[in-house]
Amino acid sequence: MKILVCISHVPDTTTKIQFQEDGSALNSTGVTFVINPYDEYGLSRALDFQEKEGKQVSITALSVGGKEVEATLRKALAIGAESAVRVDKPALDSYQVAKEIAEYAEPREFDIIFMGKESIDFNSAMVPGLVAEMLGMPFVSFATDMQLGEEGAVTLKREVDGGVEVVESQLPIVVSCQKGMAEWRIPKMRGIMAARKKPLAVISGANAEEQLATTSFSYPPAKGDTVYIDADAPEKLIDNLIEKGII
Amino acid sequence: MSVLLFAENAQGTFKKATFEAATYAYDLAQAMGTTLSAVSVGQVSEEALASLGKYGVSNIYDVRDEKFNAFVNTAYAAAIANVAKKIDAKAVVMTQSYNGRAVAPRVAVKLRATPISGVTSMVDPADGFKALRLSYSGKGVQSFRTDNDKVVLTVKGNSYQITENPVTAEVISADFSASEENFDAIAKEIIKASEGISLTEADTVVSAGRGMKGPENWGIIEEMAELLGAATACSKPTADMDWRPHHEHVGQTGIQIAPNLYIAIGISGAIQHLAGVSSSKTIVVINKDPEAPFFKVADYGIVGDLFEVVPKLNAAIRAAKAAV
Repeated sequence: MKILVCISHVPDTTTKIQFQEDGSALNSTGVTFVINPYDEYGLSRALDFQEKEGKQVSITALSVGGKEVEATLRKALAIGAESAVRVDKPALDSYQVAKEIAEYAEPREFDIIFMGKESIDFNSAMVPGLVAEMLGMPFVSFATDMQLGEEGAVTLKREVDGGVEVVESQLPIVVSCQKGMAEWRIPKMRGIMAARKKPLAVISGANAEEQLATTSFSYPPAKGDTVYIDADAPEKLIDNLIEKGII
Repeated sequence: MSVLLFAENAQGTFKKATFEAATYAYDLAQAMGTTLSAVSVGQVSEEALASLGKYGVSNIYDVRDEKFNAFVNTAYAAAIANVAKKIDAKAVVMTQSYNGRAVAPRVAVKLRATPISGVTSMVDPADGFKALRLSYSGKGVQSFRTDNDKVVLTVKGNSYQITENPVTAEVISADFSASEENFDAIAKEIIKASEGISLTEADTVVSAGRGMKGPENWGIIEEMAELLGAATACSKPTADMDWRPHHEHVGQTGIQIAPNLYIAIGISGAIQHLAGVSSSKTIVVINKDPEAPFFKVADYGIVGDLFEVVPKLNAAIRAAKAAV
């Protein structure tokens, strides 16, 4: 079974986000970049298929980006991906990234394309659905579980408002993952050593064009001063909230 | 030229988020000098369909083949795109829901439109649909534009004021039978998380963290939520320790929410938690540690022992309700 795991190279969740002074881009000075946490669920689930369920699996990790994303791809290799591919183009918007992924995946006939439910930098949650539509594949989003059945049948669970939906589908499929799909894995020393020798191909890609241009970044409006309420008379809070029409 | 709303239903009725998207779509149609149409997919009563007229929807294309009773993103996208092409929609608007985000990208590809996720302000149709959306998990705001003359956008929940713009809505039966191959990932059943209020749709959310000391103490939190008609939520550590169910975990790696009122009790406010809740309109923080980082983003703060403060608050809410 061939699995493609798409990986975004994103600032660590603890990062205090700072933009360049002209607002053109993230100021990445001192920022630690990691595998997008949601993407890691897909990678872990792919490895579970192999290790816990005895499936023959080959896992390719792919990222669209400059040389800087190679460290993140090496981490995916250390966790257990067999090979990695870097599409040597800056990631500009959902459409362009999806197009690059689809162009790469189309002739290679992957059984599963795993992605995170969204990247924690652009948060669009659009790339998986775009790739599925471009490739004419079924798509299950916000998946929290995936089980392989007979003859390519798959059963997934996905989060919906107020519950969990059970979905039946068929390989090949695009799945966007979130918490629940698998447990994250910490790379072992042996994996880190092995990762250095695993293939990491750099390809020029399809020259897909962006559709949504970022004109600038700014910060969310600052909160006003905190109004402190005496803990001995907390009912003042309720009066305040009622007065402002909040409750 | 027109604007098309995908009027998403939940078990046959429309929820607040759909009316919010409808208001947004109506204002956009006004700005473009055109009318607003909607497409409804699945079984929705005539009465519920007509209620969309209250929010400015003039034409409602009703796709109610029973094959659409269960959600299938491929088939839904085909139905929506079919109507969008028929009426030459320049903008397709939908909610930033689980299903909205599954359908939007497919519709965008079918229409060769630019997909835009989670807009928080009105797009300017005269200037590349420029507007704002959040990025970096709420820590940044992205200004964007597109050269494309067609867009598919999802509207972030609780970011746009619902207003009524009553018109007479005409329901048009839209015969659309998507081919079998579109039914490629079929929802078999929905396992309800609980009978409580859905976290992503709640106006008020009462959330608690490690300060609760143990799952057995959550009674006062549930009581407050019930009094306020609120949903309950929790921090990552409490979900990880199985004090609370995982579907209650809000934060950067859990659910991101933006209610009108978020009450954080015994949560210190780690940056990952803040990323998931900082778009809330009003934030109340109750914590015994005056140095808790959560106070920096709070509108109201109470420094004190939650086991004393919360019961007093519950009593005050009860008294206020009795006085009405």
